[in-house]
Amino acid sequence: MRLAALQRTMARAVMQPLTSAERMQNRAPGGKSMGAYASRFIKPNDRLTSFERLEIYNRQYWFRLLSSMIEDFPGLRAVLGDKRFETMSKAYLVDCPSRSFTLRNLGGRLESWLRKHPKWAGPKQALAVDIARLEWADIEAFDGKAEPALRSEDLSSEAGAKLKLKLQPYLRLLELRYPVDDLLLEVRKEYEDTDFASNAFQERHKRKRVQAVAKLKPAKIFLAVHRVDDSVYFRRIEREEFVILSALRDGKPLGKAIEVAFRESRVPAQERAVSVQRWFQNWATLGWFCR
Amino acid sequence: MPANRFNGFTEYGIGIGLRATHYNHILTRKPVCDWFEIISENFMIDGGRPLRILDEILEQYKVVQHGVSMYFGSAEKPNREHLRRLKELVKRTKTPWLSDHLCWGSVDGRYTHDLLPMPYTFEAAKLTAQKVREVRDFLEVPVAVENVSSYAEFHVSEMTEWEFLNEVVEQADCGILLDVNNIYVSSQNHSFNPLDYVNSVAAERVAQIHIAGHSKYRKYILDTHDHPVIDPVWKLYERAIQRVGHTATLLEWDDSIPSFEEVHDEALKANKFLSSTLLATAV
Repeated sequence: MRLAALQRTMARAVMQPLTSAERMQNRAPGGKSMGAYASRFIKPNDRLTSFERLEIYNRQYWFRLLSSMIEDFPGLRAVLGDKRFETMSKAYLVDCPSRSFTLRNLGGRLESWLRKHPKWAGPKQALAVDIARLEWADIEAFDGKAEPALRSEDLSSEAGAKLKLKLQPYLRLLELRYPVDDLLLEVRKEYEDTDFASNAFQERHKRKRVQAVAKLKPAKIFLAVHRVDDSVYFRRIEREEFVILSALRDGKPLGKAIEVAFRESRVPAQERAVSVQRWFQNWATLGWFCR
Repeated sequence: MPANRFNGFTEYGIGIGLRATHYNHILTRKPVCDWFEIISENFMIDGGRPLRILDEILEQYKVVQHGVSMYFGSAEKPNREHLRRLKELVKRTKTPWLSDHLCWGSVDGRYTHDLLPMPYTFEAAKLTAQKVREVRDFLEVPVAVENVSSYAEFHVSEMTEWEFLNEVVEQADCGILLDVNNIYVSSQNHSFNPLDYVNSVAAERVAQIHIAGHSKYRKYILDTHDHPVIDPVWKLYERAIQRVGHTATLLEWDDSIPSFEEVHDEALKANKFLSSTLLATAV
């Protein structure tokens, strides 16, 4: 067997899902016996059959990738529950195997996949999509690029309404149907505590987590996921802030961005100028504009 | 032999893997440590805390890059985005050499994120060597390939693992990162004498040595990097040092990581063997 063929043959088996008992399936890709499939290319030894030797890699693949999903999406796991999260992750990884050299990108397609496959989240579909979006935004904000912050001398006094402002690449803007920021912070706090927690303490926290998920009601929020001193923060922003920032991100000039933001705004006309001034002051202080 | 063209003519001593759990200790206490090995992929990012910490470490310590996903043995072209990011990191760290594994792990652009074993064939050796050369030429830094622990062998193999390693490094004209724990693990899983491996490796090409702990199961051993180094592995290390000289040595500890001091103390046990080699050289 040539190298490319051998690697395809082995990879198909390694990436095939495990059984519910976390063992390698008896059926190989294509439906034949996995024992026969493995013995075509793997030697047995005095202790392990070809099947058992291949199974070591099959199990390692799934354990590693599922651990990575658990690490990256603790909030989604809290929403779905441990069992459903695991089943969902397996289905996701079968449909969307890693196409990156780094596990950091493993969950990059999860939001769009969840939208296309609502059955995995059941009645919590909208909530699941929201928290998956937030957790992915968190990953991107954590290690996204930071450009030098904009200084007042960088602004051209002639640009006026035509001024185009650039936002920091790490800044993520989200429009969400659920207030999942609070939920995620609650889940994270619980995970931080479990390092030294007793079983009883953990149980109480698990109940608390379930309650937190259960009582979460839909409430539209606008969120900026950003970074200060290398730590990621979630900052709730007003709808108009979200629209202005999104428009700037899309390359719209300042005047146009503000105009769009107030088109259907409830902010009284007389308060708009003050609001815009306050928002820009905050964004500049947080270093969201860059050169 | 210790300082050679495969490790940028450096004379590094004993290092440990840089792990997030030790960041605070390293940055606040500034412990003495000859050098740190970083997992390249953890820092092939655009910004944020990991790169800030790396820059702080680079101000005070020597750092060498070690990769886990170049997959020299995969029968597909290197990922250009991977190479571009790796080169950026090489410029940042100024690593005197760079290592990754003699294995495969991706097929048709899909990644297993595992170090899968090579079939020891001449075809595989040729392809792997070609890829090592391509990567080295692009990165413009010496490259060393590391032998992996394995749990399976292939019917198509035409030579032993050490013959395959020598074949690849000769054809690629590259260095070796000799992992003596991996040799031990594979020797137990495939029933060969680990000393045959150590005695056969092209000693003049060894750029660095890895030591680590592992986990023993009923029918096989897994390379888990979550225990101290066991005596039989130290014996292999001693033999390797006798052959290759006072070579840069790195302890890997990746799971159930104890305190910095515990990991570093474990690594420093290598001094016993390194100093005897120095004495022998002096005599």
